[in-house]
Amino acid sequence: MPDVFTPWYDSRVSDSACLPSVASAVPTATARSRHSALVRVTHWITTLCFVALLVTGIEIVISHPRFYWGETGNDLTPTLFKLPIPASRHLVPTGYGYVLPDQNGWSRYLHFQAAWVVILTGLLYVIFGLVSGHFRRNLLPAKAELSWRTCFRSIADHLRFQRPSAAEAWSYNALQRLSYLFVIFVLFPLVIWTGLAMSPAFVSAFPATVNVLGGQQSARTLHFFVSLALVVFLLVHVIMIVLAGFWSRMRAMITGRAGTMERT
Amino acid sequence: MSDLSHREPPRREPSPHKVSRRKLITTGLAAAAGVAGLGAATRIAQRYGLIPPDHGGIYGLGETLTYASQRLLTRHSLAREFSRSQISKPPFANEVEPPSDEFKRLQAGGFADWRLSINGMVARPATFSIDQLKSYPSHSQITMLQCEEGWSYIAEWIGVPLSHVLDVVGVLPQARYVVYFSIEPDTWESIDMADALHPQTFLTYGMNGDALPVGHGGPLRLRLPRQVGYKSVKFITHLTVTDSLKGFGKGLGSAAPEFGYAWYAGI
Repeated sequence: MPDVFTPWYDSRVSDSACLPSVASAVPTATARSRHSALVRVTHWITTLCFVALLVTGIEIVISHPRFYWGETGNDLTPTLFKLPIPASRHLVPTGYGYVLPDQNGWSRYLHFQAAWVVILTGLLYVIFGLVSGHFRRNLLPAKAELSWRTCFRSIADHLRFQRPSAAEAWSYNALQRLSYLFVIFVLFPLVIWTGLAMSPAFVSAFPATVNVLGGQQSARTLHFFVSLALVVFLLVHVIMIVLAGFWSRMRAMITGRAGTMERT
Repeated sequence: MSDLSHREPPRREPSPHKVSRRKLITTGLAAAAGVAGLGAATRIAQRYGLIPPDHGGIYGLGETLTYASQRLLTRHSLAREFSRSQISKPPFANEVEPPSDEFKRLQAGGFADWRLSINGMVARPATFSIDQLKSYPSHSQITMLQCEEGWSYIAEWIGVPLSHVLDVVGVLPQARYVVYFSIEPDTWESIDMADALHPQTFLTYGMNGDALPVGHGGPLRLRLPRQVGYKSVKFITHLTVTDSLKGFGKGLGSAAPEFGYAWYAGI
């Protein structure tokens, strides 16, 4: 069946995905796609933007690798903590005898451009997720899965780097669902909020966005920690993909095709 | 495959020919609407001054989105002001270039010979001494200066609102930007009229109850608290009011984009 006839999101895709027994009734991978086209496209745009934001964010941070709490902070004030790295500006007292190359200009341009693209992509994804039922079906854990025992077992499996079961090629386990929901509805909104709270023009119109965080330098420090949490998620995410079978998971997220399920 | 077709619920599928024609028409219409919409949006954005001078190049999309949305959201909003107890002691002075001989001469004379000249699209081009600027109603604001590097401080800034001085010289209605130049070579910036006429945009000559120290841009610094520090240019000697930034430098609005930094720095 050519792709043209498949709707842009396919409700059959995942209705059954939660239940491995039903999923295995589908004999070939061509019958349905693992991830809908919109999920795949927004996933990769977000990936690109995240890499851009991470690299440029590091470039911006090294021009002043000191962190503060409250409204203000500079070379003359005590820090909350310092990153033990040299800086890209020579006025910063880092204890190192050399200065890194300064890449702030294009880094700032690209950081804000990637932020725009990822926010617009995220909005599209969230609207799609709500309208199509993607969140309800694929990301909201079933009540039965939410028992502590299931979650602990899942966490233990992750800690032992246990290879995911075959059924998980077609569905997410509870821990996965909870982490994705946490990233989408907690970490991403937080990183956007703390980023905007550093903008002098934005907070002139919406001062509460920075005041409730405790000040502009607090917003900067929080932005750093939320970004760090996103990096930790990215690392675990990539490790789990490698464990589950890098190429099959990549294929599922690029073409929508998951590996053929074995009949049970 | 035959096994699969048994399982598939019967579907009435339109013939490929019909779909491709319908698809073609819809795609064509959508593309035409998209191009027309983009064209109209560009014209409207130009008309309302929502396109920054550094809109070209690979980062133009992000810059335009930032500047346009800030202009729609924050045209009249005021930067946060702080209490006197929040003033940073001492305020951190970023590095300045070693002073030129001319600067040293002016400094030796207590800046009595420092002049600010204003020309361009104004009814009465004029030149002001620091004392003349001080004769206008003095205003003060306790606001934050934040550097693009990440550090910041709060200070009381004392000066005359730029809008007051622009009223004195009589800005012509077609004016769109104010370009400002430092005594330091190749140091110049520009702002749109929304920022130029904003009540917190000051020609600053004092700080924390005293004269503005040279390290902070004394005797005269253009201060605008809604953009990061590099827009608050030190040692101001000249302003030009204009309707186009094309004739200035590389036409990108200021020296900043020529060094790879955004023209609009409100973020």
